[in-house]
Amino acid sequence: MKIEICGKSYLISNKPESSVNLLTTLFQIKNTQNRTLAFRSGCKSGVCGSCAVRVNGIEKLACKTTIQDGDIVEPLNNSIILKDLIVDLNNQDQFLKQAKAFLSKGSKNTISKEDEKKIDIETNCILCNSCFSSCPVYTVNENFIGPFALTRNYRYVEDKKEEEINNKITSVQKNGVWDCTLCGNCNMVCPSRIDIKGDIEKLRNKSAQFGYNNPNMGTGFDSGINFGTQDFGFNPNGF
Amino acid sequence: MSKIYDVLIIGNGGAGLSAALEAKKNSDNIAVLSKTYPTTSQTSQAQGGINGVLNDSIEDINKHIFDTIKSSHNIGNIKTIEHMCKNAKETIQWLDDLGVPFSRNSENEIAQRNFGGSSKPRTCYSSDYTGMKILHTLYDTCLKENIEFLNEYLVLNFIKDEESNTIKGINVLNIKNSEISKIFAKSIIIASGGYGGLYHNFTTNSTATTGEVLTAALNIGCELENMEFVQFHPTSLKQNRILISESARGEGGYLVDQHGDRFIDELKPRDEVSRAIYEKITNGDKIYLDLRHIGVKELKELMPQEYNLTYEFTGLKMDESIIEVIPSTHYTMGGIKVDIDTKTNIENLYACGECASSRVHGANRLGGNSLLEIITFGRVAGKNASLNTNNITNFSTEEYEKDFENIKNNLENIFLLPNNINFQEIKTSLGKILFEKVGLFKNETNLQEALRTIKTWENDLSQMGIEDKSKVYNTDLKEFIEFQKMIKLSQIIILSALERKESRGAHYRTDYLNEDPNYDKSTIVIQQNDELKVML
Repeated sequence: MKIEICGKSYLISNKPESSVNLLTTLFQIKNTQNRTLAFRSGCKSGVCGSCAVRVNGIEKLACKTTIQDGDIVEPLNNSIILKDLIVDLNNQDQFLKQAKAFLSKGSKNTISKEDEKKIDIETNCILCNSCFSSCPVYTVNENFIGPFALTRNYRYVEDKKEEEINNKITSVQKNGVWDCTLCGNCNMVCPSRIDIKGDIEKLRNKSAQFGYNNPNMGTGFDSGINFGTQDFGFNPNGF
Repeated sequence: MSKIYDVLIIGNGGAGLSAALEAKKNSDNIAVLSKTYPTTSQTSQAQGGINGVLNDSIEDINKHIFDTIKSSHNIGNIKTIEHMCKNAKETIQWLDDLGVPFSRNSENEIAQRNFGGSSKPRTCYSSDYTGMKILHTLYDTCLKENIEFLNEYLVLNFIKDEESNTIKGINVLNIKNSEISKIFAKSIIIASGGYGGLYHNFTTNSTATTGEVLTAALNIGCELENMEFVQFHPTSLKQNRILISESARGEGGYLVDQHGDRFIDELKPRDEVSRAIYEKITNGDKIYLDLRHIGVKELKELMPQEYNLTYEFTGLKMDESIIEVIPSTHYTMGGIKVDIDTKTNIENLYACGECASSRVHGANRLGGNSLLEIITFGRVAGKNASLNTNNITNFSTEEYEKDFENIKNNLENIFLLPNNINFQEIKTSLGKILFEKVGLFKNETNLQEALRTIKTWENDLSQMGIEDKSKVYNTDLKEFIEFQKMIKLSQIIILSALERKESRGAHYRTDYLNEDPNYDKSTIVIQQNDELKVML
């Protein structure tokens, strides 16, 4: 079996029918063929988010991906490549801080089973950066807060423990919810199966409730909304 | 001039981040340094939950204390255990207030479930991702508090003032560009995690759990305590050692051999089950987890994560197929000896979490106590280390420049090593020999054999080296530095295991099958004049 990693071909001795995961293969190659090969790893079980790469152009966790003959493995997009499969993750903190993706002020609310379920999926985010890599907005706006920060913002907006929802909504207006194209790439690649696009749509609705409008649409609802063909920004029909 | 922090925390897992949040209350001049990014630490893998009695029943708290002491097989520290258990409610409340989404019961309270070794349900959880959700919430809070993160720095050594036995700082390798720098701090907290990664390829632990900071601590005079106590989990997937938690057997799963026959009561303690499985495997058998009789609906409801993990990693569905399992190294009870205030024997140096030995686990850890330990003592360390800086008024750094030159030379020498032997291959052999000879079954002959082999590798270190000579994100270099320290730490585990001529908790010797009251105490390893010395 032959696979390509960062433009270099490697022959792997596994039989094509055997299922071997990519992370194990990366270790094999590093140990026996190319000790300079650089990649991140951690838990080996899909929960630490260290080993996200692109396989044939699609973001995957290496530890959860079975390799196929001819696979092309590349580093994540939208980040500076430090070496081989290692990308710079230094923007991560900044985006999360901008999005105020934390509990700003604790409430005294009682939390029910239903309340907890509301944010169960969003709190499964492992910060693997797959969504960030898949997002096309970065080709036009490198300051976009981005999918993981928005979904983690939504996690706290929906959390009944949070008292200060207003400032969370405010924090995602600029370079935030309205800049998303709702293409859904992030949903497709999220290993935790979070409906990030849905969260962003819900944040848009919340934003409207708090009196914010889509800046891409002019000043208000009387300024020429095109319900039919709009493909960028707020879509009131939700598709 | 190098940066001087009030508090420097090494490690960004649950213990490190808890320490940081407490330290931040007393000082703005703190930082969290780690060789990884936050949220990727071992804490993320803790599935089951965190123990704590949430009512105010003294009786229930005493039961928690009792269960923990019982699990420790007489070598737990009653003081630290009491502190942990009595403060558990406050610890869990603290996490809940930060935003940890603990699962709720129908009365809108934090839900609790039963765990192995517990006489009452006291394990709080957040679906099956308790550790991950705690870790991420701590990280979110650290961002809110503007805590400085120094990511992807590998600790090379500690800087200590010999005369006053006082910690001063660390030398670190910036993994991104291979540059070495000095970082000084008035107080340092080690929260660098366990050493399960020494059992390379035979562990459920993260690839980061290589224990190099423990070796660095030993090198400046820290005591390493009870290092022989390594816990093995009975069921991990054969393909890649992914943990299948206790719940699979708790919910009625069978363990069967290759003939389909059950061979042990599946609900026996973790160590007993692990040994029974391993014995079969060493005799050429294959062992499977059989959950087919439970039914797909129940499996998906009772253990959704296990069901999905198994399918994703093996392609097999638990309701349709038997799943091949093997025991794996899971948790390390030993570590840097600390007192109830998390202080080490070196001034201004603290340790907490899995890297530390406060002896809350003793010879074996109770399920659900690891998360409780790291948060409880992480906070203790953060508070004490930061308050301690108020007592330090005169802090000079100039006299430590000479050491820095030595460290720089050592690094340059690594680039010149001949690389005649591939250390990555030896690392694989190290994991294998530790698991086979210093694993579930130990005895004098096997331990001595492992020690001899590892000493040979130690002598060969000058024939090893790195193939990657670049300065940019050189993982070969980082792993070689880790490996050098792993070789030493492995010997410490073996020396401790040799010294303890009995079987106790997770430490099982075929040549000394019984628990011996003469060993109701800790093993301590120290380094004197470059020699390792074991004491009981």
